[in-house]
Amino acid sequence: MLSDALKREIESHIHEPEHRAAACTEALRIVQRERGWIDDESIRDIAEFLTMTPHELDGVATFFNLIHRRPVGRNVIRICSSVSCWVLGYDKLRDALQKKLEIKPGQTTADQRFTLIPNQCLGCCDHGPALMVNGDLHRDVDPDRLDDVLNRYA
Amino acid sequence: MSERPLTEHIPTDGSALSLKDYERVGGYAAVRTALGGLQPADVTQCVKDAGLRGRGGAGFPTGVKWALVPMGPEAAKPKYLVVNADEMEPGTFKDRWLLEGNPHQLIEGIILASFAIQAEISYIFLRGEYTVAQERIEHALHEAYEAGYLGENILGSGFNLGTYLHMSIGRYICGEETALLNALEGKRATPRTKPPFPQISGLWGKPTIVNNVETLCNIPHIINKGADWYKSVSKTPNGGTKLYGVSGKVKKPGLWELPLGATVGELMDLAGGMRDGLALRGIIPGGASTDFLGPEHLELQMDFDTVPKAGSRMGTGTMIILDDKTCPVGMIRNLTQFFSQESCGWCTPCRDGLPWLEKTLAAIDEGSGVPDDINHLKRHVKLLGPGMTFCALAPGAMAPLGSALTRFAEDFERHIREKRCPWKN
Amino acid sequence: MAIIYIDGKPLETQDGQNLLEACIELGLNVPYFCWHPALGSVGACRQCAVKQYRDENDKQGRLVMSCMTLVTDGMRISVDESESKDFRANIIDWMMTNHPHDCPVCDEGGECHLQDMTLMTGHNYRTYRFKKKTYVNQNLGPFINHEMNRCIQCYRCVRYYKDYAGGHDLDAFASHNHVYFGRHEDGVLESEFSGNLVEVCPTGVFTDKTLKEHFTRRWDYTTAPSVCVHCALGCNITPGERYGKLRRIRNRYNRSVNGYFLCDRGRYGYEFVNSDKRPKAPLKRQMIDGKPVHVPMTRDEALSEIGKFFSNGSKAIGIGSPRASLEANFALRALVGAENFYLGLSKADGKLLSAVLEIVLSGPARQPSLGELKDHDAVLILGEDMTNVAPIAALNIRQSVNNQPRANAKAMGIPEWNDLPVRRAMDTDRGPLFIASVAPTRLDDVATQTFHATPDGIASLGFAIANFIDPQSPAANVSGEVRALAQQIATALQSAQKPLVVSGPSCRSEAVIQAAANIAWALCRKAKPAGIYFAAPESNSVGLGLFGGANIENAAEALRKGGADTLVVLENDLYRRVPAALVDELLSLAKHVLVVDHQYSATAQKAEYVLPGATFAEGDGTLVNNIGRAQRMMQVFNPEGEITESWRWLRRLRAASGKGREDEWISFDSFLHALVAEIPAFSHILDAAPTAAFRVGGLKIPRQSHRYSGRTAMKANVAVSETGVTADPDSPMSFSMEGFSMMTPAALMSSFWTPGWNSAQSITRFQEEVNGPLEGGDPGVRLIEPQPDSAVPYFDAVETNESHDAAWTALPLYHIYGSEELSASSPAVAELSPKPYAMLHSDDARARGLLDGDAVTVKIDGQEISTSLKTNDTMARGVVCLPAGLEDAPYIEFPAAAEILRSVTS
Ligand SMILES: Cc1cc2nc3c(=O)[nH]c(=O)nc-3n(C[C@H](O)[C@H](O)[C@H](O)COP(=O)(O)O)c2cc1C
Ligand code: SF4
Ligand code: FES
Repeated sequence: MLSDALKREIESHIHEPEHRAAACTEALRIVQRERGWIDDESIRDIAEFLTMTPHELDGVATFFNLIHRRPVGRNVIRICSSVSCWVLGYDKLRDALQKKLEIKPGQTTADQRFTLIPNQCLGCCDHGPALMVNGDLHRDVDPDRLDDVLNRYA
Repeated sequence: MSERPLTEHIPTDGSALSLKDYERVGGYAAVRTALGGLQPADVTQCVKDAGLRGRGGAGFPTGVKWALVPMGPEAAKPKYLVVNADEMEPGTFKDRWLLEGNPHQLIEGIILASFAIQAEISYIFLRGEYTVAQERIEHALHEAYEAGYLGENILGSGFNLGTYLHMSIGRYICGEETALLNALEGKRATPRTKPPFPQISGLWGKPTIVNNVETLCNIPHIINKGADWYKSVSKTPNGGTKLYGVSGKVKKPGLWELPLGATVGELMDLAGGMRDGLALRGIIPGGASTDFLGPEHLELQMDFDTVPKAGSRMGTGTMIILDDKTCPVGMIRNLTQFFSQESCGWCTPCRDGLPWLEKTLAAIDEGSGVPDDINHLKRHVKLLGPGMTFCALAPGAMAPLGSALTRFAEDFERHIREKRCPWKN
Repeated sequence: MAIIYIDGKPLETQDGQNLLEACIELGLNVPYFCWHPALGSVGACRQCAVKQYRDENDKQGRLVMSCMTLVTDGMRISVDESESKDFRANIIDWMMTNHPHDCPVCDEGGECHLQDMTLMTGHNYRTYRFKKKTYVNQNLGPFINHEMNRCIQCYRCVRYYKDYAGGHDLDAFASHNHVYFGRHEDGVLESEFSGNLVEVCPTGVFTDKTLKEHFTRRWDYTTAPSVCVHCALGCNITPGERYGKLRRIRNRYNRSVNGYFLCDRGRYGYEFVNSDKRPKAPLKRQMIDGKPVHVPMTRDEALSEIGKFFSNGSKAIGIGSPRASLEANFALRALVGAENFYLGLSKADGKLLSAVLEIVLSGPARQPSLGELKDHDAVLILGEDMTNVAPIAALNIRQSVNNQPRANAKAMGIPEWNDLPVRRAMDTDRGPLFIASVAPTRLDDVATQTFHATPDGIASLGFAIANFIDPQSPAANVSGEVRALAQQIATALQSAQKPLVVSGPSCRSEAVIQAAANIAWALCRKAKPAGIYFAAPESNSVGLGLFGGANIENAAEALRKGGADTLVVLENDLYRRVPAALVDELLSLAKHVLVVDHQYSATAQKAEYVLPGATFAEGDGTLVNNIGRAQRMMQVFNPEGEITESWRWLRRLRAASGKGREDEWISFDSFLHALVAEIPAFSHILDAAPTAAFRVGGLKIPRQSHRYSGRTAMKANVAVSETGVTADPDSPMSFSMEGFSMMTPAALMSSFWTPGWNSAQSITRFQEEVNGPLEGGDPGVRLIEPQPDSAVPYFDAVETNESHDAAWTALPLYHIYGSEELSASSPAVAELSPKPYAMLHSDDARARGLLDGDAVTVKIDGQEISTSLKTNDTMARGVVCLPAGLEDAPYIEFPAAAEILRSVTS
């Protein structure tokens, strides 16, 4: 069940009432913000609210990169894996994160604190390597000083 | 110092220009001019005369595009203006500057463009990772509605415009304008058949213009200062300034607004040259989908017509630098992986060809390449070229690969010969 | 007409078509995947690339997708040019990167479009050396097997399922080379047309799950052209047999009928043919240990024993059947005499059928063919749930709603085949479709308006519409709201180019049928070429109706009067037609009861004698579909035992009784001639198919492919020498592989094959043009044509009786799975049949303190039916709907007065 607050927020993204389903990507984003990831129940809830079928909505949800259809940790690290950051040391940064968190890309730490996901170009090419934790962008990340970044996230 | 109409007022402390400050430096004057007396066709004509070419990558003349929109009372309704703020091309970080620093300039551009094509609704399609821009645009939209620049009967002109921010949930193909429209409609973002072009049948089948952020930010200045002025700030017959950027192992990576037609060398100078101990080996001039240039191209003017003469494209104008201590095969592998991941999966050559290339490049990079792999890669460069695939994503991927295969042929061969990457120990 | 140059040769093509269609019509081998004649072009697979040149001086040219390229006069292209050939071979190479190469274990092998295209492009060697990815498959229910690894991502499945068939539960998931086609989660595919995925999918992702139980390769079937017996539409089918078992049903293209598609009842209902319970020899009832038991007898015993009952001087009553062929009904009529022949229908069913026939035989409105339903641009349905009663008609009406919105696309200059832009231009616009029914229907999702009311309410709406169109048509007394709706519908029908009115007997109301006639006639009289289309209950209902005759009740009357000793029941389970008490009485009134049927029905079980009839697959015969189209079914295979066509049994009895000569009507053709001579209304059925004497190049048409395997070995367990081929005196077809299978008339085509084209896609090679009729014309003949100048008067409007007394009106709801007798016994269909229920409007239920799911007892005519309650928010008030025709459910004569009681739960 979607809470009334969530429904209101989704509703605020319906700009043309005859195209209710157009708000589905916004709805996925909003519900994911609240629930961390999009489980099957969320798919059904949103689909119903926007008068879509779960099949249609899941077809959309699984198309895009930023929607998690599997559980993630409390904090999601999106490390930029694209070309400028790669030139500037993506591999080293990724390896450092893997070692520190003891997980591979796509995995979640045992304590559910972090999920590590490679991300396409973060548009921060002049300050690579870059990564985002949740909504926060971190630029010029030094693999040797990762704790400065990670310690901010419980 | 040359004129920097797009960025001169962007605060240097990383904050955004507020509505008040924007108005203080002449903001929304163009909207007052246009809505206060110009005809929609006048605005379009002025943009045409200014020679503005789209800054999204393809460089299509903006005024020409607008002029294709059906006008008059018979035209289908509503019409839409869509801002392409999906900036996801690797190596590209220019729209972010405009979005975060001066959202009102974009909104003003939106109002002018919408007025020119008589759109009633406009959407800003912003990539999901741009959270700072999101907050600032939301705030600026709020301010603009409050101030009467958006909404019903704008400034008493009778012109109505609703402008909404749409956050993408992430996919490079959403930058392709027709895929973007599908995403806006809440559908799987596969590109659409063209023709019909969005100008005729776009969002929900209605006439729609899709323009890049930077393109639209130029509009207020063109209306304010005129086509002649606009042409005068450029070093080319296409008017205006351009946001140029440099990333890679240079001393001072960054972004600059310069007259259109600045040279590669000027940009390298602004970037402070290569980091100590490194030499320039290759330049991807305008985002991942453009062919490599080389150290021999420092004199080359970065504009829509000149770069093609050197076998590449200006693209987004943000250069990615390859130095001599970085493996070109690894770089191409990284780029190809990107395109392969971001293929929408609609057409066969791209969906199944790119992953094959990615695997072949990985094999070469990791030392298990075979001599025939080079032929395999070369064949694909042709097979995934323009016209072969449904949209321009795969041909874009072939640009760096194809040029790398010629420019760095020896590096590829060495990987295969030595069965290892010479740059890894 | 446009002249285009292909590899230098000037060739004629049709304006407006795309290059791929043009190449196909010209017989060129241009490979393709995502294009489908019914679905149009989307340009996704890139398989159909050819070279296009600017002019004769252009030597370079550029690749274009032929399916996306409009032909233009003077255009120059090359199919043979090497770059395009190389590109096409590469498309296969790419598709094969993840394809499992499992042809030997794949059900599609041998009729796989991917195999064909692979060969066509000359892609011979795999060069991909990396690991393939694998997918998890889904359980999609009893009809469709899912094997995602074979997918080549052509997107046809979702385009067919969602865009064409209106399904909602199949979609594309994920992206890049992980694209997945399936459901959001495992589960039965909801569409009634899911089986077409088997033929739409160009490879083995979606295959026939029922076939899996008794799999046979394409070239090993024995096939013949046939007609579906599971509803009245007469969709053309190709049944396939091997080892005496019917293995599967495939679509047989006929533009005027079903086109490319079948419904799932038609595709999967066939297993009744394979039932173990079928009588295989003549049976006689004997008492053994005090219990009646049917024991087999020989043919000669049966004929001599039963034949006596029909000898001169004795009188027999014959009850025909709407699910038996014209020939079978005629043979019965000839055996018992026209005056003793009764239609196997209840009085109520007979009345509804006559009402329809009277309208279509005497009125000015034409009945469109099933295929033509797609062309109408405004449709009104009165009282039918077409999806459950006449499924392919529903599928075609679903297409009709696009006709008006397609004008948007046309105005933008978008060619009709350019599917995605056309759909975009239509957006959510849907052409007028109005549905008046008792309860929601499966077409409601595309309806402009729905209206749920009692049959009288529906009829009144209809009369009001007719009255708006032509004030001469009697007015009905309706509320302001209904008037407004009637006016809206009248306007929509009048402003359309080709309006259509659809109705039928499902409401059990003559008034509904007559109201439909008034509307269509009113439109005709206002110079609109309106169509009228009536659903009919069974495969030969209309054919039976054309014989004319009395009903089962009259037969009982005649028996009661005495004078007749014998009752013959032809392919009819009377317990499904009239109340059990009446059947019991009928059976006890006659001294001898003979049933000729291929099913061991409840009626057959009580008969003194049972003669084993042939199913559609085992005999020749003619069926007349709902609009009066006569179509021939050819025998597919020789059944075991004494099974033979009912008409042949009856002919034999006639000879054995001395009424007919032994050598009379031996061949099917002579029998047909006798039929036509006796009943001239049927004279055109002779044209439905060539006579048995027909030959191509002096040869018969083979039922088996030239690659049929194992004919020397398959019966080696019986005898090692090859068994001879059974002769077929009844048709120009042979039960063997010898003969000429090309250039045969469409009525004799069952298996479409041409070198290089082994899949369902080969059909395009046999059409006059893409989506056109089969070469030489679509098989079948229309027996009923309108009377354009007819002055037949309008029907009087009904008096609506809106006062609700205490009793409920019980009405039937038909179910695609379960309501039809023969398919219901096929396990896959049975699995999807509904459980019994009684459905009320939610408010009606609430007013009586009842809730959805409650156990209730419905009392009708003294019968008490315990069932569970369903509620619905929009259905007609004062009505209780019960599923029609479910196995083991008691017969109810609808409409009936009903009482509803809460069951006492223990
Ligand atoms: C794969 C692909 C990705 C693209 N991404 C972007 C993008 O992120 N932003 C953008 O403005 N244009 C992008 N484009 C170009 C757009 O399709 C379109 O040409 C542009 O938005 C038009 O705007 P303009 O005329 O103002 O340049 C992309 C094109 C392709 C083929
Ligand atoms: S080239 Fe084809 S698969 Fe690739 S992104 Fe474009 S449409 Fe999608
Ligand atoms: S058939 Fe033409 S692209 Fe698929």
